[in-house]
Amino acid sequence: MDNLSELLHGFTIAVTVPHLVLMVVGVLLGILVGVLPGLGAPNGVSLLLPLTFGMQPVSAIILLSSMYWGALFGGSVTSILFNIPGEPSSVATTFDGYPMARDGRPTTALATAFGSAAFGALIGVILITFLASWVAQVALAFGPAEYFAVYFLAFASFVGMGGAAPIKTVVALAIGFAIAAIGIDTVSGSVRLTMGVDELVKGVSFVVAVMGLFGIGELLVAVEEEFHARAVSSKIDWREVFRAVGRLPRHGVALLRSAAIGCWMGITPGGPTAASFMSYGIARRFSRRGRYFGTGEVEGIISPETADHAAGTSALLPMLSLGIPGSATAAVMMGGLMIWGLNPGPMLFVDQKDFVWGLIASMYVGNIVAVALVLLTVPVFAALMRIPFVVIAPLIVIICVVGAYSVSNSYLDVVMMLGFGIVGYLFKKLFYPLAPLVLAIVIGDKAEDAFRQSMLMSKGSLGIFFANKLVTCLIMAGIALLLLPLVLQLARLWRKPASPATETTAQEKVII
Amino acid sequence: MGRTSIFMLSAAATMLAGTMPALSAWQPQKPIEFVATAGPGGGTDNLARAVQNIITKHKLTEQPIVVVNKGGGSGAEGYVYGKASAGDPYKVIFGTSNAWQQPLVSKVAFNYTDLTPVAAMAQDEFLLWVKQDAPYKTAGDYLKAAGSGEFKMGGAQSKDTDEVLTRMIEKAGKVKLTYIPFKSGAETAVQLAGGHLDSHVNNPSESLGQWRGGTQRPLCVFSPKRLPQGAKVTATEGWGDVPTCVEQGLDIKQYEQPRTVWLPGKVTPDQAAFYVDLMKKVQATPEWKDYIEKTSQVDTFLTGVEFDKFIKQDLEHVKQVAGEQGWLVK
Repeated sequence: MDNLSELLHGFTIAVTVPHLVLMVVGVLLGILVGVLPGLGAPNGVSLLLPLTFGMQPVSAIILLSSMYWGALFGGSVTSILFNIPGEPSSVATTFDGYPMARDGRPTTALATAFGSAAFGALIGVILITFLASWVAQVALAFGPAEYFAVYFLAFASFVGMGGAAPIKTVVALAIGFAIAAIGIDTVSGSVRLTMGVDELVKGVSFVVAVMGLFGIGELLVAVEEEFHARAVSSKIDWREVFRAVGRLPRHGVALLRSAAIGCWMGITPGGPTAASFMSYGIARRFSRRGRYFGTGEVEGIISPETADHAAGTSALLPMLSLGIPGSATAAVMMGGLMIWGLNPGPMLFVDQKDFVWGLIASMYVGNIVAVALVLLTVPVFAALMRIPFVVIAPLIVIICVVGAYSVSNSYLDVVMMLGFGIVGYLFKKLFYPLAPLVLAIVIGDKAEDAFRQSMLMSKGSLGIFFANKLVTCLIMAGIALLLLPLVLQLARLWRKPASPATETTAQEKVII
Repeated sequence: MGRTSIFMLSAAATMLAGTMPALSAWQPQKPIEFVATAGPGGGTDNLARAVQNIITKHKLTEQPIVVVNKGGGSGAEGYVYGKASAGDPYKVIFGTSNAWQQPLVSKVAFNYTDLTPVAAMAQDEFLLWVKQDAPYKTAGDYLKAAGSGEFKMGGAQSKDTDEVLTRMIEKAGKVKLTYIPFKSGAETAVQLAGGHLDSHVNNPSESLGQWRGGTQRPLCVFSPKRLPQGAKVTATEGWGDVPTCVEQGLDIKQYEQPRTVWLPGKVTPDQAAFYVDLMKKVQATPEWKDYIEKTSQVDTFLTGVEFDKFIKQDLEHVKQVAGEQGWLVK
């Protein structure tokens, strides 16, 4: 129980008035940058970084990590209210969060999201506290082949399940892979698919794609259907915030499963994005109400949010103990660590005990501060839904345009964002699923790099994916997930040969 | 440091600059943008932010400075942006030698000649690293073992500095290595720690933590003489204890990566002179020394003709390696 006494020592560092003030400031700033799409946690943290140069490293990391927690929570707000995910990892939250908010239950959606996110984060920190050294060892076992297997698993858990026709899922995936390939290729170093446009050398930013696909695409559908033309008459009820959080334990299985997936993906390190998608995919398959996913299901919010935060939190561990940042924000913080004169790596836990355990203790306290603050803001954010569509629609356009432009101050990005908006609209109208497209854009190039690195290592033999127990298990699990729906379908056909097509029409509406 | 001493220091710096005949007539009139040709957190980004911090702290210019990251396309995004900003003296581009190396090997829409060179401010060294428990003690042992042709060498990016050096090692040591490109040096270091690679050629700062943690160790440094001693990194060894590669029979005398500073093309000589002067002042501060030490780089300052000469030499060299490998873009 060495870790426990270290942790208690950490609390004496974290729970001091100046540090609590820093946490509150950090969380509030974080919520702000999280809510403003396009700014996002990595940018927010790098803006704040120069201010921390004069601080004690512990204070500095507490400020920055609190901002990170705030931004993670804030990122879910726009996903739920406006269908605009501010971070790749909150895309999956839109699938059920947005329908629920449109359904007049924004308070429930937000409170559920925040409550389950806090649970996920807590499990993540507990994992870091007790298994730090073991986890660092696990992460070392991951070479390119294992990385590929993890990404494969994420794709497999999501792909087989969508309500769309399998062929449409494949088409969406293929388009996503093509978009992910734009820019400079890591493995060959050459420029791909830029079609002579110099600016495309930097690749297509996730934010640009998602703002168009979700924000603008949804807006176009809404305008056409006049479905959202009136404001949602949501009752703002304080008690509903607590009721929604109080109802969470009923979904204990989903919470635990999602936290486990999140921790696993955070340390392996597949990252929060892969974690949230995978958790959503698996929940949809195994939940009793799986077929209603996409219409505003509670578990459809719990699963991605819990996994996202569990992964986001546990991803800080590889950063500290190995020096590999698990996310873009962690990368910025790592740069900060170097500037403060600390070297992330195996020795940090030995040399800088105060720093490491102060940080870990601050994760507990910071997350509590964050969830308290963010729950307080729920009624404010939920009230946004009362604003009439004619006012909110132009605002969404402005947010998307500014967000896309601010990624790298480029007009081309704005044009591309609008283009993605049309793609998003067409996908919706033609019942193509957006999720595989986004998943492929976000982790497609990583999966490709890992695959080609493996091929270089094995000199072209696929045997490398079955070279040891770890990678074999991962690949087999992926294949199993991929084949499962097929097997289930065959079994169903076997039982009732002429099944009526009533179910498919119901599902046609909830393609995600 | 107290307020007065900062004041004294900046006053001294101003006086020093005042005595120099090359004091630039041009002064910036609006905010300056520092463009880091790398993502947040990398070496280039750290440099840009360290310089920004020093300038702001010592009030070396009246104008505020903003750092933006344009690291897409292995830095090409930032250089292309610099090219597109021709004539604009309010954009300062921070990069590495990939400003002239990248256009050789991939079809990017810029060349270093589109930019105005300001200075090379620091040199990052390269070392040959192996896993802690690897049987070989010297570069000679390593080369002997690599004769099997089964060795995997990792590095950051493809056809960039790490791979060029790998090909040089192959040639000098008469061995064949399989080069596996990763996204960054930090990622490569972890892959070596996990035993997925046999070696890599990271910069000191990229593997410092790993060396201290006992997951990997340097065999030799690609430098004509040993690095300055400095503080001990592990219990027994510091950077100065690492032998040079030539000492150990791997005949590559020198290989280093300069951190470079550029302005867009078509700026006036006055404007360029202002920034050369500014960077010189930055280099004279104690914070700069601190930055250099913490990142284990070598302090240098190349500007004007010397910088030009350096680029030309490096370019010849890389051209030769790239030509042999068939990497040159037509």
